[in-house]
Amino acid sequence: MTRLNAKVPEGRLEDKWRNYQAKSSLINPANKKKLKIIVVGSGLAGAGAAATLAELGYEIQCFCYQDSARRAHSVAAQGGVNAAKNYQHDGDSVWRMFYDTLKGGDFRSREANVYRLAELSAPLIDHFTQQGVPFAREYGGVLVNRSFGGVQVQRTFYARGQTGQQLLLAAYAQLYKMIRAKKVEMLTRHEMLDLVVINGQAKGIIARDLTSGELKRFAADAVVLATGGYSRVFRLSTLAIGCNGSAIWKAHKQGAYFASPSFTQIHPTALPQSSEAQSKLTLMSESLRNDGRIWVPQNKEDTRKANDIPEEERDYYLERRYPSFGNLAPRDIASRAAKERIDAGHGVGRLKNAVYLDFKHAIRQFGLDTIRDRYGNLFTMYKKITGIDAYQEPMQISPAAHFSMGGLWVDYELMTTIPGLYAIGECNFSDHGANRLGANSLLQASVDGYFILPNTINNYLAGALKEEQETTEHPEFARVEQEVQENIDRLLAVNGTKTVDHFHRELGKIMWQECAMSRNEAGLQCAIEQITQIRTNFWSDVKVTGHDKEMNTELEKALRLADFIELGLLMCTDALNREESCGAHFREEFQTPDGEAIRVDDVYSYVSAWEYGAENFKHHEEALKFEFIEPTVRSYK
Amino acid sequence: MTVTFRIWRQEGTNDPGKLTDYEVEGLTDDMSFLEALDHLNETLVIKNEKVIAYEYDCREGICGQCGVFINGRAHGPHANMTTCQLHMRSFNDGDTIVVEPWRADSFPVVKDLVVDRSALDRIIEQGGYISAKTGTAPEANAVPIGKEIADKAMDAAACIGCGACVATCKNSSAALFTAAKINHLNSLPQGKPEQHQRVLAMTEQMQEEGFGHCTFTGACEVECPEGISITNIAEMNNRVIRASIFG
Repeated sequence: MTRLNAKVPEGRLEDKWRNYQAKSSLINPANKKKLKIIVVGSGLAGAGAAATLAELGYEIQCFCYQDSARRAHSVAAQGGVNAAKNYQHDGDSVWRMFYDTLKGGDFRSREANVYRLAELSAPLIDHFTQQGVPFAREYGGVLVNRSFGGVQVQRTFYARGQTGQQLLLAAYAQLYKMIRAKKVEMLTRHEMLDLVVINGQAKGIIARDLTSGELKRFAADAVVLATGGYSRVFRLSTLAIGCNGSAIWKAHKQGAYFASPSFTQIHPTALPQSSEAQSKLTLMSESLRNDGRIWVPQNKEDTRKANDIPEEERDYYLERRYPSFGNLAPRDIASRAAKERIDAGHGVGRLKNAVYLDFKHAIRQFGLDTIRDRYGNLFTMYKKITGIDAYQEPMQISPAAHFSMGGLWVDYELMTTIPGLYAIGECNFSDHGANRLGANSLLQASVDGYFILPNTINNYLAGALKEEQETTEHPEFARVEQEVQENIDRLLAVNGTKTVDHFHRELGKIMWQECAMSRNEAGLQCAIEQITQIRTNFWSDVKVTGHDKEMNTELEKALRLADFIELGLLMCTDALNREESCGAHFREEFQTPDGEAIRVDDVYSYVSAWEYGAENFKHHEEALKFEFIEPTVRSYK
Repeated sequence: MTVTFRIWRQEGTNDPGKLTDYEVEGLTDDMSFLEALDHLNETLVIKNEKVIAYEYDCREGICGQCGVFINGRAHGPHANMTTCQLHMRSFNDGDTIVVEPWRADSFPVVKDLVVDRSALDRIIEQGGYISAKTGTAPEANAVPIGKEIADKAMDAAACIGCGACVATCKNSSAALFTAAKINHLNSLPQGKPEQHQRVLAMTEQMQEEGFGHCTFTGACEVECPEGISITNIAEMNNRVIRASIFG
């Protein structure tokens, strides 16, 4: 097996980042303005990186597919952002946060990266506060914290239920500050369709102007991908409809390894699917589980309304199975337990695909006003969407595909296996292992973009200064652009009988059934066959109307789906390879008699990193060495 | 249920547009309005017609992208709601539903229901930020901010930039949007050093982009998905006067 070089710096865990910074190459400010960097994506990671790199003096081009950088999906995160500030004097520390995150990820992430994430969390809060993020405050003016799943301290900072929005708007504002300074050129409504690699190094991209449909070439000395997660591969997910994996998938096809693709977090508290036509699932904040009790009817055939089912005929299955954590069991465990009850025929709601989240007891205990104070906005949102008043009857919730822990493989510098190509935020694999803790995703995206990448990219670019800069006149740009055009032409020429959404629904169903909350060998093998068939059918029977030199939203969807289909194959291949259960990856063959996960550290204590091959994917591994902690069995009983 | 969508079709910014009727069958109460449009688009593809271009992304009422006029109201028949949160149960079987793009000179139509709202970004560009370089921040608790001030800043900061305030205003004014951002930043200690410069630059840009003046009719507040109060505009006007004198 190829050993991947993670470039983890020497020294004690506490010293690694400092040691790295002390020794990495620097670039004279006068020279930085000669260097161009492309940043694809304008969410927390992308906007933070583009603004910071521009402040440092680089020339930046930043791309997003939306009409404005402010729409990036970071905007939708509700709960908060973690930081080891120990403001509450409840025993928090960088070490504890590092350990919680590593354990939460079931010991499938890289120690040095996770430690750095915890280490940089405290200054990140300072940074956002300085930018004007209106974090929640005590009357005396100091910051407030709350706690989140998987931890026992209060380290989450928040701005009402709109933390993601406020952090994103701060990053977006910093980005526009640098646009005004003419150090960033912002290209909205532009989608990256391929990566240009020259002499083994990332040197630019081909993007489609989504308004005119024109293909354009952009050259740079380095390319940074900050394109977010790819859980829309399941079609129904909590992600924005436009979220896609195309940029990272194209980079993968150009040589970047793809790590742990099958690790997808399934969030336990989304609204259930109500019909075939549904386009996405709405997330309800996990904080609801602090006071809500989850149950299903004991009787499979129970057709009574929730309030008519007496207490003794209700199964509070999380409290039954996990007495110490109860309704606050971590996301993977709560989701799997819900699926188990639904599959066993106890599901509720029109499609029998939901479980109840009941506030009756909490209202009785604390009073309606208190519950309204704590969760009022969520109850309002629930009513807007379902028409149901959850103060009167239980909410119906269901697990939904959420965060992708997998992504492009990156080393400690956040560089992929293609020199000059970086991946930051959710589109890389790095810090969350097999499961992400709540309020760590905003954190990771932000520190990658603001603090880490701007410190590591110099190390590569210092070398680039000595080389001749490539321009879009290089024949490789023409070759890749032609390939992109041929792909589009081929798609438009199919002129079949079925819509893009038809194929996406088919793909989504298979992925959800076989490669989501639980997986097994036979199911995954069958899924690979079925997805291969979908790929064939898609390319022979899809219908996309209109043409490519105009705004054509159907064509945009089709191009993304073509990549999702291939990504789905890799996800199933990865899940098949890992014969153990860890975090979000639950292989049915590897469980205890009472249904708990069995991790196989002797064999699978590695990061899977896949190399693209037209016929099949080639497996590489990065062995995970735990020098500073001892992996233990996760138990929430 | 079956409804008739009467939808604005326009090929490009400089092309003429017109309303076209589409009868759509097989809709259900619990479909969102955007899902009903998705459904219509699928039927158009099968009929070999071009799909209707419209904007959406998060479908959770927070990204601010899905703005359209529905039966003469921004984001449809309810107050303080985005289009993605609107469901077909708000309509009746057999209804004709008129769907148009945001109407404002400063928001040119790109295609069908898609408009260009980059004028709002250019207002932000003129000062909708705090000039803080990465790595220069003091310890977060070193600058205490009372709860009332933080809450008030958050009330204003909640703006999602959808443009409903502009679209519903008879003057096409961007005053609510601009005021929200100015009051968010100017009320915080971190935003104070640049307050006068910020308010003057942003309001000047608002005029340069061709947005109309505010005449306090209050329509913006009704349609704002975040319920941002019109008193923000009064406060902004006050800030403009103070900035012109003391700035």
